[in-house]
Amino acid sequence: MENLTECLAVRNLELWYGTFQSLRGISLGILHNRITAIIGPSGCGKSSLLRCFNRMNDLIPGSRVQGEVIFHGRNVYDAGVDPAEVRYRIGMVFQKPNPFPKSVFENVAFGPRVNGITDNLEEVVEQALHRAALWGEVKDRLHKSAMELSGGQQQRLCIARALALEPEVILMDEPCSALDPMATLKIEDLMKSLAAEYTIVIVTHNMQQAGRVSDMAAFMMMEEDRAGVLVEYGPTPQLFTKPRDKRTDDYITGRFG
Amino acid sequence: MPHRGTLKTATGFAISPGRRSRSRLGEAFIHKLLVACALVSILTTVGIVVMLVAQSVGFFRQVSILEFFTGTKWTPLFAPPNFGVLPLVSGTLLTAGIAILVALPVGLASAIYLSEYAREGVRRVLKPFLEILAGIPTVVYGYFALTFITPLLQKVFPSLIIFNALSAGLVMGIMIIPMVSSLSEDAMIAVPRSLRNAAYGLGATRFEVATRVVMPAATSGIVAACILALSRAVGETMIVAIAAGSTPRLTLNPLESIQTMTAYIVQISLGETPHGTVEYYTIFAVGLLLFIMTMLMNLFGQWFVRRYREKY
Repeated sequence: MENLTECLAVRNLELWYGTFQSLRGISLGILHNRITAIIGPSGCGKSSLLRCFNRMNDLIPGSRVQGEVIFHGRNVYDAGVDPAEVRYRIGMVFQKPNPFPKSVFENVAFGPRVNGITDNLEEVVEQALHRAALWGEVKDRLHKSAMELSGGQQQRLCIARALALEPEVILMDEPCSALDPMATLKIEDLMKSLAAEYTIVIVTHNMQQAGRVSDMAAFMMMEEDRAGVLVEYGPTPQLFTKPRDKRTDDYITGRFG
Repeated sequence: MPHRGTLKTATGFAISPGRRSRSRLGEAFIHKLLVACALVSILTTVGIVVMLVAQSVGFFRQVSILEFFTGTKWTPLFAPPNFGVLPLVSGTLLTAGIAILVALPVGLASAIYLSEYAREGVRRVLKPFLEILAGIPTVVYGYFALTFITPLLQKVFPSLIIFNALSAGLVMGIMIIPMVSSLSEDAMIAVPRSLRNAAYGLGATRFEVATRVVMPAATSGIVAACILALSRAVGETMIVAIAAGSTPRLTLNPLESIQTMTAYIVQISLGETPHGTVEYYTIFAVGLLLFIMTMLMNLFGQWFVRRYREKY
């Protein structure tokens, strides 16, 4: 395996929403150009952890973070770091497709526009749509509303929208949970092809999906007080066939969750 | 136990026809009562329109429609009288225009603050507070304009006369701010969280999220709010009657004394113009025109909302 450097390093991360502790003592390294899956039962904090990577939790009133998320040698939670910049270098795709009620073109152009990239916008948009495997389906309706696309197309549009900013990391929060199996398959194929250029972190409750697409897998669970902890983290094949922790074994063999 | 249950059911069935017919009677009565209540407002509107049109016919028998709409002088009480309504229309549009120029930016800014910046606790306190502005009697606003704003403005424009369009327009603007802000904020807060997250996730700042995602998605609601506020300003009477003067003048100069359509109607209604004269009929013609203007605005607003409602 070449190029096994860490792209994001999480160290002793703790997250609170008000007085409720959502994450405790999370440490892991996300590898460059790999697909990392975060799995675990509902409510174990997988999505919360994902949202820590690009500081999306900042938007939730009462949230508080301790510990570090190191990206390019710098803690993204340092005082001088602009969260908007973090979010533009670490893109995000959400659970439900959430295109803006604008045209297909304007959806993809949104990120470049707010970040001051206005040269060759058409080229940027076309490239992003190509990479998201959507160009062929939308090239004749670029200026029609994105709301007219199918759910799967909308989700690929959201991926294109993130890609238009040339992020280094793409965070995906259960990106297929609102899609049918065919659309899901397309997104999974897309993720695999994107992994050549991007680092991808995906949260999924679907273990088959984690098994199909990911190189690395992290298994999370809730402790008694409902705080999420990282139980086990390692290469996906190993985690699925030879888990070191009994709780991981119980989960993947379907004994709970 | 099962036996008792059966008995109970049997008794229930025995008495049920009487009970049901009584409740049906009551239901029918309530239905009629509700319809009657709904009819009150519909019939009132119809009655007003019929009266306005009927009385206006009396006016237009004596004054040509052409003169009414193209004449530039409104002096129905002078000899010879002039019946050009344009000065009243210009006075109305001038004050309403000033009002919306004040209310639109301030109202939208407050709406953005409330929906995108303010913490939940702050929002819950501030919004009702802002809405109190809407509950102040307009006569208070009128004297606020005349005795506070006008003297203030006279420090800036020393030649400003005491009754002027500017002062009345500004205060009317303050009056309609809550309408613009509250309705716009309702429209903005209804924009789904997921769209904001999408924009934040692309590195947008709070202000960019508000102006490039939330406001466009809420456009139809915001425009509806503005049109409602504008038609409120066009129909507003007390403030302009007190502070804007009673000099019908075809001008768009806010520093001059003018008269609005509503203020004219008040003046004639309170005066000693004999019923049945053409001078008396003028108020119905002006009233009808005012009604048509606000109705067109509201229709446009409804059309706009339907046409541009964004699906999200």
